[in-house]
Amino acid sequence: MKFKVFAAFAGPSLLLMLIFIAVPLVNVFLQSFQNTQSIFETVEIETCTPGFGTQTCITESETRPVLGEDGRVLEKTIFVGWESYRNILRPDQAWEAVKQLNWSALMAIDFWKALRFTLTFTLISLPLVIGLGLVIAVAVNNLAKSIRGQVIFVSLLPFIITPVIGALSIRWLFIGDGILTVLLEWWLQMDIAMFAQAWTIELMMLFYRVWHVAPFAFVVFYAGLQTVNNDTLESAIIDGASRFERLRYVVIPHLMPLIIFVSLIHLMDSYRVFEEIVGFSSQAHVISLQWLTYDFLVPDESGNRSISRASASSMLTMIGIVIILIPLLRKTWNDHRARVL
Amino acid sequence: MKKFCAAVVAALLLPGSLWAACAYDNQVEIKSLSAGFQAWKSVTDAMAECGNFQAELDQEFRDKQVEAFAANPSLYHIGGVSNSTLVPLVNNNLVRPLDDLVAQHGGQLSENQLIRQNGQVVAIAMMVNAQHLMYRQDILDDLGIAEPANYEEVLAAAAKIADAGVVDYPLGATWKTGFNIALDFVNLFLGEGQSLINDDLSPSINNETGMYVLETMDRLKRYMDPEILVSDSTYVQQQFQQGKIAMANLWASRAAAMDDEAESQVVGLVTMASAPMGSVRPASTLWWDGTVIASNITDEEAEAAFRLIMEGMDREMVQANNDDAIWIIDGFVPGKSAEGAFATAANGAAPYPASTEFGIIFNALGNGLAAYITGEKDAATTLADIENEYLVGAKEAGLIQ
Repeated sequence: MKFKVFAAFAGPSLLLMLIFIAVPLVNVFLQSFQNTQSIFETVEIETCTPGFGTQTCITESETRPVLGEDGRVLEKTIFVGWESYRNILRPDQAWEAVKQLNWSALMAIDFWKALRFTLTFTLISLPLVIGLGLVIAVAVNNLAKSIRGQVIFVSLLPFIITPVIGALSIRWLFIGDGILTVLLEWWLQMDIAMFAQAWTIELMMLFYRVWHVAPFAFVVFYAGLQTVNNDTLESAIIDGASRFERLRYVVIPHLMPLIIFVSLIHLMDSYRVFEEIVGFSSQAHVISLQWLTYDFLVPDESGNRSISRASASSMLTMIGIVIILIPLLRKTWNDHRARVL
Repeated sequence: MKKFCAAVVAALLLPGSLWAACAYDNQVEIKSLSAGFQAWKSVTDAMAECGNFQAELDQEFRDKQVEAFAANPSLYHIGGVSNSTLVPLVNNNLVRPLDDLVAQHGGQLSENQLIRQNGQVVAIAMMVNAQHLMYRQDILDDLGIAEPANYEEVLAAAAKIADAGVVDYPLGATWKTGFNIALDFVNLFLGEGQSLINDDLSPSINNETGMYVLETMDRLKRYMDPEILVSDSTYVQQQFQQGKIAMANLWASRAAAMDDEAESQVVGLVTMASAPMGSVRPASTLWWDGTVIASNITDEEAEAAFRLIMEGMDREMVQANNDDAIWIIDGFVPGKSAEGAFATAANGAAPYPASTEFGIIFNALGNGLAAYITGEKDAATTLADIENEYLVGAKEAGLIQ
């Protein structure tokens, strides 16, 4: 292909990637080392607020931002180096905890607590999603052609639901005396509070995520199953391979690139677990890295936001995703090289 | 089917024909952004009668209000605020001084409704609110318990109710992580007459008062639903309505719901009382809700917006929705649902101490207290970590060096 043709095809998408991915990324990177602050002054202010019947006026000194001539708050941006990262990672405190092998001291720091959950969530849901997706795909593939369409449609439904809505529905099924909690209580003959401890919440989150994402794995694998070489399968049957052996030695190797593809997507997605935290309002027990970023970014009651720490936190999340993807990317790269050679 | 259609059409038309009680026809396009509880719905509905008005009711309004008002022209003309959410708007110079408009169109306003800063009117209040004790009169009477006046008595009553086993949980509480639990800590802390932040902006919660508050919360927790950390005002209200709890500190604006026959199984059984006393003041804070007008809009729009506010906060609206809130608008008749809040105020509860630095410690409390309630951290560590979180936040904001 001539370079001109290549540029004409690739140019627009490269440009969009530059604008929507590279520029924001560099921006966030820079912001994580900077801090923009308002300049405050302390002034005496008389404030009159309504009471029950009578007004109360109090004069007190209050700290408020200084306004410039244009009526906007005066701000200054300072370079803070690694401070925002230090504030999130608390390296000294964390190292102290590691040296003493004190797990709960390490978990007392938000970042490490969030990392612990994010990693377990990602790594446990991955095999479940792949396994379940594969099982459904093989099962559907063996169904009579006449009902396949309907079954595929129904199995895809969970994937269509908006994540937050899905999480909220699970929450309503289980919170307080939700119908499923009542059912469980009746079945097990004991009092159950699903939202009172971390492990039950984490179980519900895993269940929800697998339920939500397995259809995606299923569809990809199902498409792959349509291209399995029938000659190979038939010769395997003639060689006396059992159903399981055919799956193990013919089908799965054939699907391997797809399994890696689904794993990559799933790792990236579930490392950014967020909807479950918000949907289950689980902040008291379980938090994730993405939720930490969000929490820094949301203004508090008085409108303060921690942009700098939020930027540092997103950079850390990105680094985490890259690290967690390295093994799979290396495998893909090695396979690719082996094929080329 | 035809009948059904006719009924639907009639239902759609009714509000227009029956309730078009607005005195004039609003010609200027006006938008508002406010919280979404019932009182706001009543007020904005009354404003909508004048036409050309669009209300956005959103419980998470504070997340976007400052940015939306900072745009030029502002995305909304009218903002619903409370004492805490007014702070960032005033700090960023985004609200319009209303003295001229009050003089021109505000004849109906009482002095109590005018929120002033250094003499300038910055907001118009419509209601006050406070958390106070609600309890099941029938249960306390049966067990021979007098109205609890402080937390020792609340705990003693809870123990008796637990022994009697008449409800699922003797106590309810708005302890959902974040805003709710932070406010309960603040209530208890202020009840001891102490301040959470020193004059030099250093935090002051890792001390005897802080330890006392956490201990009290720990003792209260034993009589509560194990899912207390996801329990917000609506959840507590429903627990009351379904007869699952016997006592709770809850917002005055939720009081009327106890006697709502459509939802409640405890109609007439819940008594509204003052918030339990701390050593100095009731463990509660006084709040107000009201409206501001954006500064980044034209004078013409501001005038139209102000006239709409006057229409939304008039006597007729209050008379039609008397029990939605403790209105401070002319025409309000305090009923049973206002008794608890009035008693709390009469006992000397403090206004919520809204400020930039308080927002930061409030946020740190909201995120940090759960670890103590779940037992992950002990009291001293919890308080030290919250102070540390405050210092990081205050330093980042530029409040302290």
